[in-house]
Amino acid sequence: MPWLDLLLGLTLVVTAALALAARDMFRAVIMFIVFGLLMALAWVRLQAPDIALAEAAIGAGLTGVLLLDALGYLRRPFGSRVDKPEDRP
Amino acid sequence: MSLRTLSAALLCIGITVALGWAVLDRPFPQENVPERVTSAMPESGVDHPITAVLLNFRSYDTLLEIAVLLLAVVVALALREAQPDRPEQMGLENPLLRAVMAWLLPLILIVAGFLLWAGAYQPGGAFQAGSVLAAAGVLLRLAGVTTAWLDNATLMRAGLALGLLTFLGIGLLVMIPGAPFLTYPLEYAGTLILVIELTLTLSIGLTLISLFRLTPPYADDPDEAREQEAEETP
Repeated sequence: MPWLDLLLGLTLVVTAALALAARDMFRAVIMFIVFGLLMALAWVRLQAPDIALAEAAIGAGLTGVLLLDALGYLRRPFGSRVDKPEDRP
Repeated sequence: MSLRTLSAALLCIGITVALGWAVLDRPFPQENVPERVTSAMPESGVDHPITAVLLNFRSYDTLLEIAVLLLAVVVALALREAQPDRPEQMGLENPLLRAVMAWLLPLILIVAGFLLWAGAYQPGGAFQAGSVLAAAGVLLRLAGVTTAWLDNATLMRAGLALGLLTFLGIGLLVMIPGAPFLTYPLEYAGTLILVIELTLTLSIGLTLISLFRLTPPYADDPDEAREQEAEETP
């Protein structure tokens, strides 16, 4: 399936470029997750299923969740890292 | 184009060319590594070459990798702000997620167990199983489920260190009859690898969950945050 592989490779480059060029951080993170999932497919095509499993679980899944978490953290105003004042005992 | 952009571009092109040259110019491998692994497979105690390399032939590398993971989570623990863990704040306002988790959780645990067991003869193993476990933990957290044993600091730390300690302990234990460090005796190799993988799965799962849980609770509504910011800066 050389055409499919070529398409996969091209999509990888395009998603990587989109993730880097995106102005909206959320879009960049989503593109990163898409890139990770496509990369897992590429590893399968390269006959490396072990790396594909790790890439899908860690590269796309957990790293994506951590990046989204960090994004939510960044959106808060500076100095409000602890709970809201009314919540404090 | 400014001078900075130009120099950055030149640097990038230079590094790319150097990397390409390094790849093309690498020395031809002196020995046939896949063949050596295949011929040594009967001594490994497992049937899957990747697992054999990771946990037997090159287990020292894996040991250090686990140590690095533990170090990362220790640093995250140290950097954590002194604030109470508030699962009810982390949870998303989504009753559907809670309901789905009741169905999903057993399935995730079975998949993790399968991946761990499958590592002996096909793709799978401790790292993949651990990250699947961690995914279950993250989902539970997002669903706002409180777990007393995850909040127990002593138990949590013991779980985090369990994998590395077991790995090290077994590595040292085999030295008693006189074998080198981390060289498992042939008849027990399979069992020892399974024990190490089991504890590693648990520790890796807890490590990844901790890295997620140690981040502060979710941001408030971005619009509200912007309003607050506007109020603070006159």
